[in-house]
Amino acid sequence: MMQHFRAAAVLLGLFTLLVGVGYPLAMTGFGQVVFPHQANGSLITREGQVVGSGLIGQAFSRPDYFWGRPSAAGKGYDGRSSSGSNLGPSSRALAERIQADAARYGGDPSQIPSDLLTASGSGLDPDISPAAARFQVPRVAAARHLDEAKVALLVERAIVAPPLGVLGDARVNVLELNLALDTLAPASSTATPVD
Amino acid sequence: MTASGWILIALFVAAVAALTRPMGLYMAAVFEGRRTVLSPVLAPIENGFYALAGVKPNQEQNWKGYAAALVMFNFLSAVSLYLILRFQNLLPFNPQDFAGLPPELALNTAVSFVTNTNWQSYGGETTMSYFSQMAGLTVHNFLSAATGMAVAVAFTRGFARKSTTSIGSFWIDITRATLYILLPIAIVFAIYLIWSGIPQTLAGGAMATTLEGVSQDLAMGPIASQIAIKMLGTNGGGFLNANAAHPFENPDALSNFLQMVSIFAIGAGLTITFGKMVGNERQGWAILGAMALLFVIGVGVCYWAETQTTPALAAANVNPLSGNMEGKEVRFGIAASALFAVITTAASCGAVNAMHDSFTALGGMVPLVNIQLGEVMVGGVGAGFYGILLFVILSIFIAGLMVGRTPSFLGKKIEAREVKLVVLAIFSSPLIIMLLTAVAAGTEWGRAGPLNAGPHGFSEILYAYSSGGGNNGSAFGGLTANTPFYCYTLAIAMFVGRFVMIVASLAVAGALAAKPITPETSGTFPTRGPLFIMLVASVVVVEAALTFFPALALGPLAEAAANTLF
Repeated sequence: MMQHFRAAAVLLGLFTLLVGVGYPLAMTGFGQVVFPHQANGSLITREGQVVGSGLIGQAFSRPDYFWGRPSAAGKGYDGRSSSGSNLGPSSRALAERIQADAARYGGDPSQIPSDLLTASGSGLDPDISPAAARFQVPRVAAARHLDEAKVALLVERAIVAPPLGVLGDARVNVLELNLALDTLAPASSTATPVD
Repeated sequence: MTASGWILIALFVAAVAALTRPMGLYMAAVFEGRRTVLSPVLAPIENGFYALAGVKPNQEQNWKGYAAALVMFNFLSAVSLYLILRFQNLLPFNPQDFAGLPPELALNTAVSFVTNTNWQSYGGETTMSYFSQMAGLTVHNFLSAATGMAVAVAFTRGFARKSTTSIGSFWIDITRATLYILLPIAIVFAIYLIWSGIPQTLAGGAMATTLEGVSQDLAMGPIASQIAIKMLGTNGGGFLNANAAHPFENPDALSNFLQMVSIFAIGAGLTITFGKMVGNERQGWAILGAMALLFVIGVGVCYWAETQTTPALAAANVNPLSGNMEGKEVRFGIAASALFAVITTAASCGAVNAMHDSFTALGGMVPLVNIQLGEVMVGGVGAGFYGILLFVILSIFIAGLMVGRTPSFLGKKIEAREVKLVVLAIFSSPLIIMLLTAVAAGTEWGRAGPLNAGPHGFSEILYAYSSGGGNNGSAFGGLTANTPFYCYTLAIAMFVGRFVMIVASLAVAGALAAKPITPETSGTFPTRGPLFIMLVASVVVVEAALTFFPALALGPLAEAAANTLF
């Protein structure tokens, strides 16, 4: 038994050093040197200021921005509190939440792309479906006093096809779309959020 | 269901099938102690480890010695991990100043990671220091996987060897599994994952000011290195709360695809490792065939179910043609989310890229049933393979009863002792699952857990203990599991589900190794054709159906039949 104890303790110690310290630190060093952008969270800066991560969704509520999906991460898109709603398929609370979210778009829920009414698994989904982006074009164009066709073109350009065409679904990154929108026509600083 | 969804599923099956043979043959070389391409680099490290640990490279163990070494190693692992978690506030790499974990959560988490379950009663980004993540959890992502592989290989030696008591050396098996298989693949995979967008930093996170002027605090860390082994070792414990649904754990559909493949890579390969070591590769493919049959059925049902609407979506008048996107990410969509859910529970991985709790009643039942089937469709690394071998022995025994001959498999007579041990191994996990589910459903402590009302609340409890007892680790995440009651009872489920099965499996291996190999005759039940594949798959399904049907009827089946809101 003592022999087992010695072998177990020594191997556990050695493996802790190798795969628990050496391996993650070596990967960190490698990542920081070779892929620093990704290794530090794919941050996006504008005019020297970090405006978010290209991979993480953020809350949008002003009419002149495209909106992302409902979020169950903290109070919404909390980057330190990722979570889905975990509401089940026959949850009355879920039905009520969807109806409340649909009211935000002011229409019949059956006409609203369903990803805009359902919370993502992470609560930080950066994307919406192409249909969900197209659906919001009239509102955003009106709020920015832009030609709808111009905004629609922006949306079409922002559509990312899934890798190999089949590995996932087509998507539109909301933050990147809104950044492109701001480049096209700066957001008015007086716009008020819609809740 | 769409054509592209089915092409995705076909691509996945093809990718795993293509990897199976090279992985299997390489692992056979590793476990037979032969030189490999990596030996020039790794052999000095390996020999140094043996010298320091006092392990003799030529000394093997009988099954009791093997089991004692395994239990000792896992016991020390659990104790040391418990202490790291309990006192992480005193240790380095804690930029967010997290406190030490309370005793019940530290115990639950220690047992969880040592048993390869990776059930998480906590949220990673709000609980764990980087030291705990790296030197604690990552280490046992490797070592629990290596332990499972060691048991699978020891079991294999029971068939490969004759008239001997030794089934290998536990120390050598876990050392070689970690050094030659897990670590090199994890390094390559981690490099890809960083490139794909998973953070790998020791900084405490980043602050952003959103376009609407609100500050957003982004949790990060040395994530990629942990995700690589989390998937490869079928561990499944996320660095972050939302697990593989979180964009920082799974940035796009390609990283998602490769993570899915990596969950199955080792488990599928082990069937060929087995075939190679017993000198009959076709036997390995036949076992993989039984696994694949069950897997594909599960994928079909789950994918179909998730394209349907739910009572909640219907009540809110959401377009029924858009399927169920609650709890799913846009970049994956319904097909890749359903496929992931089936893979993660066919293996005992437990990572999730969508919230199973929000799946349709029948769609969510598929992962639950997968776990209850014993996670033998490829399964956890090692655990899935010794799991299916137990079912193979049981199947051969049942076939022997039907035709009235002494059952034998690969020239080994299957006798009373083996069958008793197999039954003990197979039923230990269902027994503890049913027992603890009943206790939870019958007490206020347990009933305080579920988020959802009605049958779905019961499903959350049933899923939790199935996941614990089956060493899976995924959850119907609405359950509030960070309470002393759930922490302790789930720790019991995980412990029994892991170690009773392992020790019984090693005992079977010892009994088999001691037997001579008798040549097959025309009267031997054929074990490499479709009949065998169907038989094994049926035994797996019938065993689980007889055990779990009443509980499933109270949970997901009742919910599906009721088709109303709760």
